[in-house]
Amino acid sequence: MHFPVLSSVVFLPLVAALVILTYRPEWKKAIRWTALMTALLALGLSFGLYLTYDWSAGGYQFLEKYRWLPALGIYLYFGIDGMSAPLILLTGVVMTTGVMISWGIEERPREFFAFLFILASGVFGVFASLDLFMLFFFYEIAVFPMYLLIVIWGWVKTREYAAMKLTLYLFIGSVVALVGALVMYWSSGLHTFDLLALERAAFSPAFQKVWFLPVFMGFGVLGGIFPFHNWSPDGHVAAPTAVSMFHAGVLMKLGAFAALRVGIMLLPEGAKFWSPLIMALALVNIVYGAFIASVQTDFKYVIGFSSVSHMGLVLMGFATLSEDGLLGAGMQMFSHGVMTALFFAVVGMVYDRTHTRHIPDLGGLARTMPLAAVGFIIGGLVSMGMPGFSGFVAEFPIFRGIWQTDRWWMALIAVLSIVVTAAYILRVVGRVFFGPLPETFAGHLSPINTFDKIALVFLCLFMVGLGFFPSLMTPWVQSGVRHILALLGGA
Amino acid sequence: MADWSSLFVEIALLALGIVILVVDPFLRRGEKRRSVLGWLTAGGLFVILGAHLGFGRASENPMLFGGMVSADGLTFWFKAFFLFAALISAILFAENEPLQQRAEAYLLLLVATLGMCLMAAATDLVMLYLAIETTSIPLYVLAGFLRDDDKSTEAGFKYLLFGAVISAILLYGLSLLFGLSGSTALYAQRPLFTEFNLLSFGVLLLILAGLAFKVAIFPFHFWAPDVYEGAPTPVAGFLSTASKAAGFAVLIRLFVTAFPALSSDWSLVLAILAALTMTVGNLVALTQKNVKRLLAYSSIAHAGYALLGLVAFSPLGLASLVFYLLVYLLTNLLAFGLVTVVGQATASDELHAYYGLSRRHAGLALALLVALLSLAGIPPFGGFAAKFFIFNAAVESGWVWLVIVGVLNSIVGLYYYLNVLKYVYLYRMEGEDEVRHPILLPRATTVALLVLIAGVLILGTLFAPWFDSALRLASALY
Repeated sequence: MHFPVLSSVVFLPLVAALVILTYRPEWKKAIRWTALMTALLALGLSFGLYLTYDWSAGGYQFLEKYRWLPALGIYLYFGIDGMSAPLILLTGVVMTTGVMISWGIEERPREFFAFLFILASGVFGVFASLDLFMLFFFYEIAVFPMYLLIVIWGWVKTREYAAMKLTLYLFIGSVVALVGALVMYWSSGLHTFDLLALERAAFSPAFQKVWFLPVFMGFGVLGGIFPFHNWSPDGHVAAPTAVSMFHAGVLMKLGAFAALRVGIMLLPEGAKFWSPLIMALALVNIVYGAFIASVQTDFKYVIGFSSVSHMGLVLMGFATLSEDGLLGAGMQMFSHGVMTALFFAVVGMVYDRTHTRHIPDLGGLARTMPLAAVGFIIGGLVSMGMPGFSGFVAEFPIFRGIWQTDRWWMALIAVLSIVVTAAYILRVVGRVFFGPLPETFAGHLSPINTFDKIALVFLCLFMVGLGFFPSLMTPWVQSGVRHILALLGGA
Repeated sequence: MADWSSLFVEIALLALGIVILVVDPFLRRGEKRRSVLGWLTAGGLFVILGAHLGFGRASENPMLFGGMVSADGLTFWFKAFFLFAALISAILFAENEPLQQRAEAYLLLLVATLGMCLMAAATDLVMLYLAIETTSIPLYVLAGFLRDDDKSTEAGFKYLLFGAVISAILLYGLSLLFGLSGSTALYAQRPLFTEFNLLSFGVLLLILAGLAFKVAIFPFHFWAPDVYEGAPTPVAGFLSTASKAAGFAVLIRLFVTAFPALSSDWSLVLAILAALTMTVGNLVALTQKNVKRLLAYSSIAHAGYALLGLVAFSPLGLASLVFYLLVYLLTNLLAFGLVTVVGQATASDELHAYYGLSRRHAGLALALLVALLSLAGIPPFGGFAAKFFIFNAAVESGWVWLVIVGVLNSIVGLYYYLNVLKYVYLYRMEGEDEVRHPILLPRATTVALLVLIAGVLILGTLFAPWFDSALRLASALY
């Protein structure tokens, strides 16, 4: 019996959250250090999991199965495949950098870190679950702390509205998917929530066609799928920095991942039937998101809508149901997670110092915070899909995947988004970081602190590293894709 | 041959009540009196509960005392529920200003519990009616216990009036049954209900009205918000949990063990009632500004969810219903316990009394978070597992539309529960000096609340042993 690494990663943040809650509110230093140490430990474990995952063997590894409620076929069943291994790593990365960025939170840090870690546990849990009940269990755990995190520590103007909107959207999505999951449970006749068993359940094509859409769209809400993407920019903007990072960086992947694992992998025939619709919706995401982002004057809304656009690429990759598309989507989930975490971190740093996110009021910040500017530019290049950065490695296969389908013309439209992305990223970079520094800011903008710098460098390392050495991740994702293709072909 | 041990709980409750009555005149007003009365009741209930769980068991001969009562698994489980709810309520009584000094309050609580135990056990029409009345009358008095408080008086009076009318309807239904069959034994009525006919349908409708009133099922839910709001908070907590569970015990007795043939005719009726109950409860709860009224409407909604387990008409449905009631019992007792504490500290049950609560007492706010999120059905709290199992059972029996209504309702519920949490965590007290208005938690109440929180967490994570025994109970009854 090997050391249960995977369940340790899942429960570590939860335990830390409970420990932090026992501290006195005044012990702010102890709270922060406990949070950082936990995050580093989780990062170390997730790195270990990622590196020791044997992609040449593929399949589900690090399996742990515990009896939970055998009467209903519910098990605590942990395991990761090539699709989820990078996402576990991503969660560790965003968690650690999120704690570093939130070092300066003075308002009730105890509750902040506790809720943030409960959320992190939920996210790890979903990525690691091979049981449908367990997936929902952790999914909901990942969603509800968002409400409190946004409403308490969020942007005063919109937090109440945005937090409630976000929570209701996500829960409506998840309960619709839940109904689909229960129907699958009973019609499979297997009396188990075991995802591996349900993968082989071979539901009738008619059944799959009916239930694919509720399940996929239900989870897709969290993935930001059009027309249910509306919560996401509002939520991102209202959330405090670390929560925006978590949210756009990891949580939206949670939705996409669950849509893949429950929607496409359990109901492959349904996926084939509805693939044109999903592709069309994702296309709207990609193009419309990019255009909306380009007309925003609020720095954070630009990033918020860019997430909608980039998540569209992920969903598009899924919907092509082709090897290239799925590979690209898997890479894009990681790449976009790191990139958007960096974007929100920089936005947070800018806002903390200038107290405005209105783009026309900003300028010349490269002089006071050069590292943030460099980080943002690297993120921008990733966002545009520039070769040499992780974005290219992710987006290129997606476009190739679209090209291979019957709807190749969608690729032509989707590529348009790259041009628009380049336009809005360059505009933001130019307006915010270059040009003259407004007089109101001159002289009293503090430089960014050490933890911020470490976080930025760390995030940039991934984006550049993967750009130059895609083979550090593609074999992992490919091994996951092979399994999905087998399900699609075998059905 | 009468098996007296099967009536152990009822006898012990009566004896405890008599002890309270006897001790009362010897105690002077003051701190001592409060602690003696409170500890005597709570301690006695604790011992009875322990003895019940330790030595009580489902009898092999389910019909006792000439078929008056049964001692099957259903009776066993629900007696434990009632005793537990009474125990927690007694602790809350003992630290609640208007109730703690009054021996009658404890006595009435015990008698109501006794009535509920008999409700769960009754297998005879006369016994059933007597049990329901034994439960109701003490509760009318308890609801109107604060004689100086207009709202409490109104609550008691309203409860009495509604209750009396409904009781007459119920009695009419029961007398018709007797007229049709010539027997008062519940199981002797079976031939009437083997196939659908308008007469038996109508008669059962009258009886259902009586039970719907107890459980607060639409359209007999009107009393609940007014009564909960006016009644002393611990009483409201007891009403919303034990009294509701007692109603469900009789519903299960009627539809599952006594007249199983009814299921096909009644499942649609019950399904529509369930859908209406949860929808009405949740929608009206949205506009409430008083916490007790909010919890009243939420408890109406929860009766609707729980009814899904009955609609399923399957062992799994019944097990899910019992599990749901267990979770609901703990969660709602926790919620009302917290409302009691906050109400004592702020002298108000309005929502604005909760502004800034997390700054006044972080632990209390966290406990409220546990209670409300469990009610909303969020893991890792019991409410999630309970809702999941109920919906699961309903899907098994093919009620997909009802489950869709249910899950959409739970979204509405989530909205108003989160709103309360927003006041607790985000809003500030007037003057923003929460630090100078700390809330003191009475010690025994704290212990009770901690037990409830632990229970809600355990039921939400380690649900297997509980659900398995609920399943065993259910398959024994089917």
